[in-house]
Amino acid sequence: MNIHEYQAKQIFAKYGVPTPRGIVANTPEQAFLNAQELGGNIWVVKAQIHAGGRGLGGGVKLAKSHEEVKQLASEILGMTLVTHQTGPEGKLVQKVYIEEGADIKDELYLGVVLDRAKEMPVIMASTEGGMEIEKVAEETPEKIIKVAVDPAIGFQGFHGRELVFGLGITDKAEQGKFIKFAKALYTVYMENDAEMIEINPLIKTGSGEFLALDGKMGFDDSALGRHPDIEDMRDISEEDPDEREASQYGLSYISLDGEIGCMVNGAGLAMGTMDTINYMGGTPANFLDVGGSANAETVAKGFEIILKNKNVKAIFVNIFGGIVRCDRIANGILEATKITDVNVPVVVRLDGTNAPEAAEILKNANISNIIVGSDLGDGAAKAVAAAKGE
Amino acid sequence: MSILVNKDTKVIVQGFTGKEGTFHAEQCLAYGTQIVGGVTPNKGGQEHLGKPVFNTVKEAVANTGATVSMIFVPPAFVSDAVMEAADAGIELAVIITEGAPVRDMQAAKAYAVKHNMMTIGPNCPGIITAEECKIGIMPGMIFKKGNVGLISKSGTLTYEGANQVCNEGYGITTAVGIGGDPIIGLSYKQLLPMFEADPETEAIVMIGEIGGDLEIQAAAFIKENITKPVVAFIAGQTAPAGKRMGHAGAIISGGAGTAAEKMAALEAAGVKVVVSPAEIGKAVSEVLSK
Repeated sequence: MNIHEYQAKQIFAKYGVPTPRGIVANTPEQAFLNAQELGGNIWVVKAQIHAGGRGLGGGVKLAKSHEEVKQLASEILGMTLVTHQTGPEGKLVQKVYIEEGADIKDELYLGVVLDRAKEMPVIMASTEGGMEIEKVAEETPEKIIKVAVDPAIGFQGFHGRELVFGLGITDKAEQGKFIKFAKALYTVYMENDAEMIEINPLIKTGSGEFLALDGKMGFDDSALGRHPDIEDMRDISEEDPDEREASQYGLSYISLDGEIGCMVNGAGLAMGTMDTINYMGGTPANFLDVGGSANAETVAKGFEIILKNKNVKAIFVNIFGGIVRCDRIANGILEATKITDVNVPVVVRLDGTNAPEAAEILKNANISNIIVGSDLGDGAAKAVAAAKGE
Repeated sequence: MSILVNKDTKVIVQGFTGKEGTFHAEQCLAYGTQIVGGVTPNKGGQEHLGKPVFNTVKEAVANTGATVSMIFVPPAFVSDAVMEAADAGIELAVIITEGAPVRDMQAAKAYAVKHNMMTIGPNCPGIITAEECKIGIMPGMIFKKGNVGLISKSGTLTYEGANQVCNEGYGITTAVGIGGDPIIGLSYKQLLPMFEADPETEAIVMIGEIGGDLEIQAAAFIKENITKPVVAFIAGQTAPAGKRMGHAGAIISGGAGTAAEKMAALEAAGVKVVVSPAEIGKAVSEVLSK
């Protein structure tokens, strides 16, 4: 799960990670009042969406009066912001963050993420703040400092020294401030079961203070149960409605732009099914893992969600029953055809536990648009042919 | 022969009396696995599925001589269970539970390594030595005895691969589902040399997927150390980039993690890479009939 910048900064503040002061607004009038409350003579109006690259897309603007804050907020609220991370359809802006202006001397980068190879969190820092970090990693990898922290010992002094010397911070007072900043950020990461934290840019002000000018956080979904405060930060409007609906039924769904709807058990086989369709000259319309507890209701829901996508010309149901029993899936398919108008050909391949019973059920039902595939290759080939109208 | 487990392996079940634990322990017993008991706190002294229940893993080990534990406890209790097993001298913990927090698994794995306990999973189908010992949730009937070792991140692709190998007239020595979580126990690099050393295994199937760089590490290892033929499939060639993979995650591996990159690395290491999982059986047949 991801959260907005203003929410990440609320968490930062709790742990003593310094940020500029700011207040979130839903309306231009609120934005005006926020600017008044913050005081000062320069403000930044920032679109709150779950995607990076907001500045380049026109979602971050500088204002020099309360009136201008209101004006900019009215322009940004309700706009569809397109950035390199939103996809061409963009994202609707429903909240703006009004933040006091900052005196930027240097822009740095600081992040924490799991290093899967080392199996411990790694703090990443760079002097190339404000740039896309992927680009820095690709073009000048030597400008990224990586310091892995073993949670068994926690953040130690040497971790901090590796960071400041790596970044070329020589002033002793500044070194102390940066180390404190990084240590607090590590604590934020650990205590909240974050999956990643990114501050880009982290700025040094003219007076030598370090501030998180931006903040991005993602969380380990498996750990949300023990963080009800973070679960409360979930912004449903940022999530794909179909993906969300699917997850409520224990289905894992991701929409793609092809023509063949897929319903599969297991994430690996679901990806493998998409790959096979592609290999045979078709295009997958979605990823859909029905999980281990599939029943008639979830299968019917799966069909409903797949068929919302008007590009779908055929559906391939590919189940290898281990925990999932094939006869249940077969009954689910029959049930689904009663509940939902399945108006495209459905190729069904059921193998594994209770596959013969399942075959019998489908045969006896005798439904015209159900085509039986004998194995993965055969099923995929038939689905590709069906989508082409062959 | 086989790797890690066989008909003589003594297994206990942590989370023995729960719904999942009960169902799958029963299936494993029916397969012939030597399940010698289980652990459920406060149910010690009882009998379940005809086997003794203990309050702690230490007691279970002392009374049964078990060396392997199959873990079915709920996600929030997985790290505790794994550490208890390691502390009690279990040699291999097979963690089936899905949805354990990554931070918990980080701590549990580090503790297991310190205590020389091997782990498989979490979030995996388990391990099976065909017709001898099933420790997990896979449908046992598709694994016929044979000469092919199998390592897979995905549960259902394990079944798919094994089924195809058997349909081609071959069979499986041992199949290991290693799971696809960010932190897992035994991986390709540890399992490949075990299959290399197993006299009955004549070919190895490895099934990977996008994310992380375990397959790239495996490719480098195969090039240097593995003489038996390897067939590989990498799932997710058509998966949209960045959908599940966190932003900063891609940087760590230096841009690694795509299917194309993993396939190229494996091919360069002399592995027979198939583009579709539907080709696994045929590819195994090809490398074995050479």
